[in-house]
Amino acid sequence: MSVPAEPRVLIVDDHQLFRAGVRAELEPLLEIAGEAGGVEDALDAIERESPDVVLLDVHMPDGGGVEVIRRAATLTESPPCFLALSVSDAAEDVIAIIRAGARGYVTKSISGDELADAARRVHEGDAVFSPRLAGFVLDAFAGPAPQPESELDALTGREREVLQHIARGYMYKEIALRLDISPKTVEAHVSSVLRKLQLSSRHELSRWAAERGLDL
Amino acid sequence: MSAASGASAAVLRRDRATGWLGGVAAGIARRFGVDVSLVRLAFVVATAAGGVGVAAYALGWLVIPAGDSGHGRMRIRTARAAVEVALGTGLLLLAVLLTFRALGLWFSDALVWPLVLMASGGALIWRQSMDGTAERPPRARRAPGGGIPRAPVPAATAGDSPPGAAAPTRAEVAVPDGRRAAVAISRTGLGIALVVAAGFVFLQATGALDAARDVLLALIAAVVVLAVIFAPWIVRLVRSLTQERAERIRSQERAEMAAHLHDSVLQTLAMVQRRADDPSEVAALARRQERELRAWLADRPAPGQSAHLAGALEAAAAEVEESHGVPIEVVVVGDRELDSRHEAIVAAAREAMTNAAKFGGRSPVDVYAESSGARTQVFVRDRGPGFDTGAVPPDRRGVRESIVGRMERHGGRGRVTTSPGAGTEVELVLEERS
Repeated sequence: MSVPAEPRVLIVDDHQLFRAGVRAELEPLLEIAGEAGGVEDALDAIERESPDVVLLDVHMPDGGGVEVIRRAATLTESPPCFLALSVSDAAEDVIAIIRAGARGYVTKSISGDELADAARRVHEGDAVFSPRLAGFVLDAFAGPAPQPESELDALTGREREVLQHIARGYMYKEIALRLDISPKTVEAHVSSVLRKLQLSSRHELSRWAAERGLDL
Repeated sequence: MSAASGASAAVLRRDRATGWLGGVAAGIARRFGVDVSLVRLAFVVATAAGGVGVAAYALGWLVIPAGDSGHGRMRIRTARAAVEVALGTGLLLLAVLLTFRALGLWFSDALVWPLVLMASGGALIWRQSMDGTAERPPRARRAPGGGIPRAPVPAATAGDSPPGAAAPTRAEVAVPDGRRAAVAISRTGLGIALVVAAGFVFLQATGALDAARDVLLALIAAVVVLAVIFAPWIVRLVRSLTQERAERIRSQERAEMAAHLHDSVLQTLAMVQRRADDPSEVAALARRQERELRAWLADRPAPGQSAHLAGALEAAAAEVEESHGVPIEVVVVGDRELDSRHEAIVAAAREAMTNAAKFGGRSPVDVYAESSGARTQVFVRDRGPGFDTGAVPPDRRGVRESIVGRMERHGGRGRVTTSPGAGTEVELVLEERS
């Protein structure tokens, strides 16, 4: 597989100061396609610039990041990848935006290098999990599956191991070394978890999503 | 007086153990402290006098809950079943009454029908008040869920639900607390309506109503006139009261929030301005404030007050973070209450965090805890320089011993994984003793 070019990134956040900060940090590392300060602005910019990756704030007026993802899907043929970026570490926020379609979730305390790396990984089709998101997933999938026949409602042993390592603060490469598998396999496990996270009908996930007004 | 007899005497319950049929007479006898034979005799006499006794007994059977064996196997469990039973009993009652009427065992329509209505309504009201005193506590109990605290309900919504909407028998069904109150009101309302109707029927039948009709008509006319005149004011008054209440709740919340922000965020901002020349101090202040604000937003108990693993680990992390200025991220999957052994694992984790903060090259520290029923694990990891386990300086070995040794004293395990350049991870495990 060929390595894709550096992704063009759109920064969506209703705090002008924060947008400027992220832009200053990312500009030397990635190409910035633009900034947007609200839901409507973001949709305009997505249509106009067709960025590869959108760094998306969860909390914004008029529906926030969830609304942007939902409407972007109807707006263009090939919507960009979304990476959620938020100060919130509440389960409802994290799960709601992942279930709306974001491919990753990082908190705003992340360093510039790590953020650029996360944007690249999302662009390459991987999923990006913060330790806290991994914790939420392990929590949500802890009980017995409601429908045991559905593979979407349970994690495999390997997926659980990978998530535990993410929660313990290991990077994908380190996890691969420790579990004696290839980094690609680690990524495959994480992507598979992301898919389950988005499609599973587990009660906790639906509840968390519903608490943020997202019915799936 | 023993608790059991106290409970059974205070509340009207059918006593099926000593009763002949449904235990209605025995229950009433026990409630009012009279001999059961007297009550039975009263029922028999009432039956001979136009069938009222049968009616009363059937009603009692229906509406008085059974007192023995907990809350009664006979209790109606679903709304539909309740309606069906009520309907069936009503029809049976009617049949019996009509039979007596046809046989001539009858006083007069003017007496019996109002009495039947009165008995039904009275039974409903009584039953409701019994429920109110005796059954509220178990019903009011709510499952402690980790939900978001509910906002106070504005008065408007409470008044909006029409009292007559819910069928009176619904109270038997497992309905949410909010509707239960409405059901109770509607049941009492129906009872009152029946009793009032009985009075009207009696007055009507005996002709006493004719005299009262003129007065009543005048009264109704006056009320309607006044209502039409004052309706706008009344509506406005009710609305403004509701509004005022909502406003008061809002301003209380605002005051509370302001007080909290004042004590915390504004204080910290003032400190930050004063310490602006010391970046690490400013970062530590900001971090501490962030942690506190998050805990407040998530409605978590304040650090130090938690009797649970997650809260205790967060508190330990906050303390270490404060004294060493290194960010510590805590992720907890599954929580449990703290006993002395789990207090030990928290203490060991705190040592490990201190260690990581001191020797981890100021890299962020990750703490991950997972607690299932059988086992609790805590990982503390830094991305510092790591070290060669063979060449540990003695002072550091002491700290390590205090972590591993502490775990072993409490029947757990502690392990330190490290190598130069790969950071350090401390793993603490505590298995549940069977």
